[in-house]
Amino acid sequence: MTIAEPSKVVTPTQQKLLEIWETAPGLYGWLATVDHKTIGIRYLCTAFFFLIIGGVEALAMRVQLAQPDLKVLSPDAYNQLFSMHGTTMMFLYALPMLSGFSNYLWPLLLGSRDMAFPRLNALSYWIYLFAGIFLYISFPLGQAPNAGWFSYVPNANLTYDPGINMDVFALGLIFLGISTVVGSANFIVTLLRCRAPGMSVNRLPILVWGTLTASAANLLAVPAVSLACAMLWLDRRYDTHFFEVTGGGQPLLWQHLFWIFGHPWVYALVLPAMGIVSDALPVFCRRPLVGYTLVAISTVSTMILGFGVWVHHMFATGLPIMSLSFFSAASFVIAIPSAIALFAWIATIWTGKLQFTTPFLFFAGFIMLFVIGGVSGFMTASVALDWQLTDTYFIVAHLHYVLLGINVFPVIGGLHFWFPKMTGRMMDDRLGKWTFWTMFIGFNAAFFPMHITGLMGLPRRVYTYPAAMGVGWLNLISTVGAFIFALGVLLFLINVMKSLRTGAPAGNNPWDAPTLEWSTTSPPPVYNFATIPQVASRHPLWEDRLQEAEERSVIGDAALDGMVLDRGKETIGVSPLDAVPNVVLKMPGDSLLPFILSLGMAVLFFGLLVQIVWLAALSAVCEFVVLALWLAPKPHAPMEKVELYE
Amino acid sequence: MSDQTQSEVLPVGGSGTVSTAWWGMACLIATEAILFVYLIFSYVYLGSQQSGPWPPSGAPSLKLVIPNTAILLASSLVVAWGQSRHRRNGNSFQLSLALAVTIIMGTAFVAIQGIEWSEKGIVLSTNAYSSAFFLLTGVHMAHVVVGLLILLMLLVWNLMGRFKGSHHEHVALGALYWHFVDAVWIVVFITAYLAPQFK
Repeated sequence: MTIAEPSKVVTPTQQKLLEIWETAPGLYGWLATVDHKTIGIRYLCTAFFFLIIGGVEALAMRVQLAQPDLKVLSPDAYNQLFSMHGTTMMFLYALPMLSGFSNYLWPLLLGSRDMAFPRLNALSYWIYLFAGIFLYISFPLGQAPNAGWFSYVPNANLTYDPGINMDVFALGLIFLGISTVVGSANFIVTLLRCRAPGMSVNRLPILVWGTLTASAANLLAVPAVSLACAMLWLDRRYDTHFFEVTGGGQPLLWQHLFWIFGHPWVYALVLPAMGIVSDALPVFCRRPLVGYTLVAISTVSTMILGFGVWVHHMFATGLPIMSLSFFSAASFVIAIPSAIALFAWIATIWTGKLQFTTPFLFFAGFIMLFVIGGVSGFMTASVALDWQLTDTYFIVAHLHYVLLGINVFPVIGGLHFWFPKMTGRMMDDRLGKWTFWTMFIGFNAAFFPMHITGLMGLPRRVYTYPAAMGVGWLNLISTVGAFIFALGVLLFLINVMKSLRTGAPAGNNPWDAPTLEWSTTSPPPVYNFATIPQVASRHPLWEDRLQEAEERSVIGDAALDGMVLDRGKETIGVSPLDAVPNVVLKMPGDSLLPFILSLGMAVLFFGLLVQIVWLAALSAVCEFVVLALWLAPKPHAPMEKVELYE
Repeated sequence: MSDQTQSEVLPVGGSGTVSTAWWGMACLIATEAILFVYLIFSYVYLGSQQSGPWPPSGAPSLKLVIPNTAILLASSLVVAWGQSRHRRNGNSFQLSLALAVTIIMGTAFVAIQGIEWSEKGIVLSTNAYSSAFFLLTGVHMAHVVVGLLILLMLLVWNLMGRFKGSHHEHVALGALYWHFVDAVWIVVFITAYLAPQFK
């Protein structure tokens, strides 16, 4: 690789780029920014905020469950808390958190200056924020969604669930779905078109593979739940009969549509997080990931198989045995690609020179939790065993091992890992290790006993249990564990606050990592790269060390020549597979339109919720005007001359 | 690879698959298309679970819907013609004409479909069949309306002279969306109108 030494002097080119790319100051700039790094950090902070809210809800439930027959929470309050806990964690924390990483990192990893559609990126954040608020709108009224995060009918029908609880859920999920879909489309097009020249598909970081796969799945899966929610809302408010047996409807249709979405969604929550580990773990093993190609293929094949396993959530609903056998087999098979990735990580650790840093501990801990969650998942893929275990705490244990193990641990590890890039300062490693051990011990103490309480027959989603069941002491351990885990999260927040102010300066590449984001300054300039990099390998910053090929990547803001693209806000577009530059892309500047559009949507959904037709109609008209302004054609030169490396 | 650079002239924005907008539209069409897959799945699933006949009131009449289908499909040809004239000769008048005719045909489709709905004798809340039928055709109708709004904006921009020179992308993508709406109708038509005739 040819890296020019980063100079402290701002060159005229850099100054020019800065003026072109910089977000306007003040409130206007705050609302109008389309910078992927700002949006990424907003995603991370908002998602973390929802993690804390969902966590506090969980703690309240754990207090109620600490001993048999407690009356801390009423049954109705408990129903709302577990529903909002699940909804918050699944929809408002897990995916948006990963979108935050990808929003921040993708253009840096790919050697581009922004996402393909910067305003769409801002739109997806604002919709996410407003939909998150929308889902909590009835919480203070004591009318929050209360039928579980998967809201089975007929329990969620108007007959059994009067009040606006489930209308908020149904409309809120449709609203949030728009954010997910536009975000996913943005990732897909960014991957296909906005990469540095030479960043061919076989050189992509695994995080990119993970988010790409998750995005493609979201594009195809989210409409299923949006449709189901629309049907639920119509059933409740317009007397349709999609799920109502009396009119010929079918409650199971809800479950099919929900899980056709739900299972791919679960993989969308873990594949990018597994990508974080695949990219960051090898840095602390001082070697490239073992089996890159296999891990990339297993990422994609997990998702393809993931579309064919949804019925394993419905084994106990009385479907024909033939159908159960098929979905059971598919659920066993999906263990194979997961195991491939797992063995790749283990082999990377096994053959590496380890550095026991905080991120490494989180990634290694993740591997152990993944194994436990994977094995309990493999167990419930068996129809016979699932009939015994379904709706018990065994499932609660399994899903928390999977979701916290494969999402939260890599996320916290990843935050430690990329914090220096985002802020220019290191996090405290000593406090980080305390954080890890507190979270790891707390987590296992909270959730491992649930396997046993589940096997002893404790049903989930019930607000208390009799002393005669003999599970009081196990539940007490779970409660204590949950609080220890929460303490770990608190330590993490303290570390963030402290390191923001007093952390050691990080420099460009504090971990000596191989990928492009570490070649630019910490934090990166608003235009990311003054000269668009030219990528020659999978590990652009380790090329001299690995000696895999003769070719060297050309990186560096002070590179003497190369593609600068300073005739306006521009980046380069490349061919989808082999990344040959074929178009100059004009990028939009600051814009209030995404904010206004999402605000209009919030009003639209509020109008639907309270059934004020004119309000909904008025905001729909506003949306049309905003979209017409957004998409209006702008004049530009048909061709432009750029400098390309030979 | 050497550090030598060489300048090359690249298109700005580009057209067809070279532009990012085309890929964005492809994503939109993919997610909309799968929405119709789920709608049809729901319609067929509810039908397969009925103890009585499906549709309960007998197969729907084809009297209005067959000519209506012809109108919608023909409108795709009209917009394609206008688009190709515009691309080849920069003929902005023919583009306006084609867009206007397409909008009229699309509006006629919406109106005729509205009449067809009102003559059915069932409403959204009658039973599971009516719910599934109206949701399927209603979501399609909503897409036709969005398509019409897109065509309307293209007409306005064209009359304002915004598509002068080499900027064909907006027209191409608007037309692509309209073709998609028409193609989906063929599937909806087969599912909701044609298939019940052969029971």
